[in-house]
Order: sequence, then C-alpha cells, then structure tokens
Amino acid sequence: MTFSPQLEARFDKLLKSYPPGRRRAAMIPMLLYAQDEVGHVSGELIEEVARRVGVTALQVNEVVSYYSMLRRRPLGKYHVQVCTNISCQLRDGDKLWEHACRKLGIGNKETTADGRISIEEVECIGACSWAPAVQVNYEFHHDMTPAKLDELLEDLRKKP
Amino acid sequence: MLYNQPSPLETRVLSRRFGNPDSATLAGYLRTAGYQGFLKAAGMTPGAIVEEVKASNLRGRGGAGFPTGLKWSFVPRTSPKPKYIVVNGDESEPGTCKDRVLIENDPHQLIEGVLIAGLAVDAHAGYIYIRGEYRYLIEVMDKAIAEAYGGGWLGRNIQGTGFDFDLYTHSGAGAYECGEESALLESLEGKRGIPRIRPPFPAVVGAFGCPTVLNNVETYCAVPAILRDGGAAFAALGVPRSGGTRMTCLTGHVNKPGVYELRLGFPARQMIEEVGGGIRNGKKLKAFIPGGSSCPVLTAAELEGATMDYDSMAARKTMLGSGGVIVMDEDTCMVKAALRIMRFYAHESCGWCIPCREGTTWLKKILTRFHEGGGVRSDIDLIGDLAKNMLGRTFCPLGDAAAMPTISIVEKFRQEFEDHLNGKPCPYEGVTA
Repeated sequence: MTFSPQLEARFDKLLKSYPPGRRRAAMIPMLLYAQDEVGHVSGELIEEVARRVGVTALQVNEVVSYYSMLRRRPLGKYHVQVCTNISCQLRDGDKLWEHACRKLGIGNKETTADGRISIEEVECIGACSWAPAVQVNYEFHHDMTPAKLDELLEDLRKKP
Repeated sequence: MLYNQPSPLETRVLSRRFGNPDSATLAGYLRTAGYQGFLKAAGMTPGAIVEEVKASNLRGRGGAGFPTGLKWSFVPRTSPKPKYIVVNGDESEPGTCKDRVLIENDPHQLIEGVLIAGLAVDAHAGYIYIRGEYRYLIEVMDKAIAEAYGGGWLGRNIQGTGFDFDLYTHSGAGAYECGEESALLESLEGKRGIPRIRPPFPAVVGAFGCPTVLNNVETYCAVPAILRDGGAAFAALGVPRSGGTRMTCLTGHVNKPGVYELRLGFPARQMIEEVGGGIRNGKKLKAFIPGGSSCPVLTAAELEGATMDYDSMAARKTMLGSGGVIVMDEDTCMVKAALRIMRFYAHESCGWCIPCREGTTWLKKILTRFHEGGGVRSDIDLIGDLAKNMLGRTFCPLGDAAAMPTISIVEKFRQEFEDHLNGKPCPYEGVTA
C-alpha cells in the first residue's frame, strides 16, 4: 500500500519510538493514523501493518476487533459522535442523540445516503464539565443543544 | 484553550499557569519557574527525590489513590534492565475531564514531572499513553516535546546534568479498560487491552518486561511543585495522609460545571454550592458521585460533614476516585442513572473475566427491563445480589467499578425501584423539561 508522505513520516517516527525488537508496539497508533487517511481498516491495511510491525495479519485483526475506534467498514466523511454517558445524560445528551437520529433519519453507526455524515452514540469522551458533548471526527463541540446540533449538521453538509 | 472561569475558592498549584496566553509554550513555562523542580532534583540523590515525594503525601490521582512515593520506591533501581516512565493519559472514567485540561494548558508541567520520575528511578525513556479520542492533545504534547528537545530539556545530557531522557506519545484507539494499568501496558505493547495478573506489579515487570513507573497525568503534574517548593509545603495544602490539591471536575446538575483545583479536604457542600454555584434551576440535590462513575453514590444527607479527601470518602464507604464529581438533582431517576452506568461497563468490559463480562451484561438487561416497567419485585434483590457476586472476582477493578455504584443505588434508593414496579413506566421521565 502507498500512503501520503506525512503518514509515512509518522510511521517512521513510530517505528523508532520503541525498544529494539518491540516494533509491534507501533501497531495501534499506526492503525488509527492509517484509518484517518484510508477511511477504514481494510483487509489490505491489516496485511500492510502486519508486515511493517512484523506480526501476522491474524494478530493485527485480533487487535483491531478490540478497539472501538478502529472500524472494518467505512463511515461518513464526518463522523458525528454523541456522548450519552452519565454526565452528558444528566444534561440531556440522550435527548440530543435521539434528535440526531431523527434529524438524519439514520441509526447508530449508520451513514447518510450521500456518504457524508455518520452518527454514533459513544461512551464518555472526557467533556463531562461541558456536557452534553459531541465529537465530529476528532473535533470537540461542547455545551450542545438540539439547535446547535442542527447548525453543526448544516455546516457539515456545506463543507467540502 | 479549554478552561472554565476559575473560582476564588481554588488553590491553584497545578493550574497556576492556566489562563496565561503562553502557558503551553516552553518560553511561557520557563518564565513561570518551569523546570526548576527538575533542576533541583538533578542535584539530589534518587533516594532523596523519592523521600521528597513521600513527604508530600501525594497519592495517585487516577482513581486508586496509592501513595506515589511508595510506588516509586518499589522500582528495583539496581536492575540491569532499562526502566520506563509511563503516563496514563487514557482518561475515560465517566465524569472525568481533568487530564485533558492539564495537558492542553500546561504540557511542559507533565514533561517535567516525567523527567523527575526518571531521575528518581534511573529511567531514560518514557511514554505518554493518550486515549485516541484526544487526538488534539497528542498534537499539543508532540509540539511541547519537540520544543523541549529544542531547548535542551529532553534528549542527551539535559541542561548539562548528564541525564539523558527520551519521551514519546502513544495513541490508544478507544477502550476504557486501557486506563487500568496492566491493560494499558498490554495496549502500549500493541496488544488487546487485557489485564495482567499481579504480582509481578509494573514496578518490577511493566512496559516491555522492564521495571516501570506508571502514574496518572495529574500525579506527574503535581511532582514539579513538590520538588520546587518542597514536599512538606505540598502536604500542608491537604489533610493528614493526603497532600496537595485535586483537579475536581464538577459535572451534572450544577450551575457552574467546570474543572476546579481544590485542596484535599475541601468541604463537599461548599464544593457543590459555592464552587459549582449550587443546583441549577433552583432544584434540590438528590445524590452525587464523588469520583467518577465507579464510586458508590452519596445521598444529599450524606453530604453533611463530608470533605473531599480519601479518608472522609472511605468513612462514607465511597471513594475519591478520579476527581469526577457527578451531581444529580431531585428529578433524576436513579434507576435510569444506574442503567446508564451499567450500559457503559457492559460495553467496556474486556470479556477476560467471566463475572465481569456476564455480570455487566445481565445487569444491563435487568436494569433495561426494569426501567421500561417490565421489572418484578424480586429483580430488586437480584440486581444487588448479582452485583455483589462480581466484587473481588476479577483480574482488574472493572468488575468492582460496575458493581459498586449499582449496589449503592439499590441500597440507598430502593423506593425508586419500587416505584418502577407493576408495569409502570418510569415515574420520573418527563419531570425535567
């Protein structure tokens, strides 16, 4: 597989970060950074990462299936993650989640027909004092309301 | 930068640079006594550094509250193996968002804490494990690390002291379990985050099979001030047996949620009513969880005389935990709260230990049924019994973390479970606008 020069530079740095003989340690960050570029963890990507860190594809697959951020299929270009855990729920995060589903007409881990927006109900994202919170890809949105979410979704539709 | 309006009731030690526009830069850090603790430590023996940390009464800020100096003293300094410093930045305990604020506002404070730990145990490399969702903080940290290398605060012969240290960030990829120290080490090594059996403890066999110091972000962030101003000064801020301050996350139904630095032993009532501005919409307090979702809940009546320190919380059969205070007003449905917490633990159980994997799943099913009005009276005791049977029967504390809040909610709010009986839908639903 070929990756962007930036991703290759990151891989090089990662592979030099761990003690000799411990290349496997780079696996999880490599998978996540590669997913950001490729869109999902494809079979080809698993083979590639396995080769680079010196383990079998099965060993990579075993790891991929464990971590909730690593996904085997593509989601929307903008992945909207709504936290409904306790601190967010107390400030109506659960109602915000229902609102998002209704508004987009899709359910958990589903993508809009144009492939642009997907949604996921997520566990605590560490924004408890700014609840309810939403993350779009890696970007945090704090103190959300249904109206603010509508605006956010509108912005995402207009984005390139 | 992520920082709420400070409260005049705060004691700002770790957060002393918050609000400075250049708080995250090397120049801003050096201008405000940055790296002074490291320079002082570099002139001390490793044993003296550990003694200074012991004198501070600093206890681990991740949740377990283990004395930090004592933990460091377990590392076999004479071992021929390399030693590692690992930072637990996998902040995922519901209600907790303090490590995020610490890294974003003052990343060099964390680097300095790590360097001092390195001096104390003769380690020359460290890893900062940051949860995958906090991608921007990995960027903040990488930038600070690059600046520190550039300024001679990392790398070879740091500031002419003869001490070498390399520091790296490492991203997680979504797993609460990886906040548990042994699962974190597995994850750092490129594996599924499954807990390890102990002993051996990480101090002896940790990262890559080598002796390792593993502490929470906030714990390391407290260390520069301890070395700079002395362990005794830090200890004096708190109460006997737990020194210093605590980054306290006020969440839920308070008027002024935020992350506030409060001295250990701060009165719980004052924390909610004055720091947090009281309960929003003029409502009354029903309950609060003092330190993240895994701690037993306290009722409004139990607030009386409670102080935010390890001993006061232990006396009330709960814990100071991770610093995540979850405040619930009088309209909160405690069955719904118990259900939401259990849904989380069922999702996050790594599946390694059967009591946790099966217990959390069944409790989720029973609580879901109960909240929807399909529960029967015998379910109430069943929930408590199931939870009690998970206690102490797992490799790591996730099973206990799921059981403890559940047991406390059933015991303290039994009436609310009774109110859900006989096919009645949740009597609290729709009470809040």
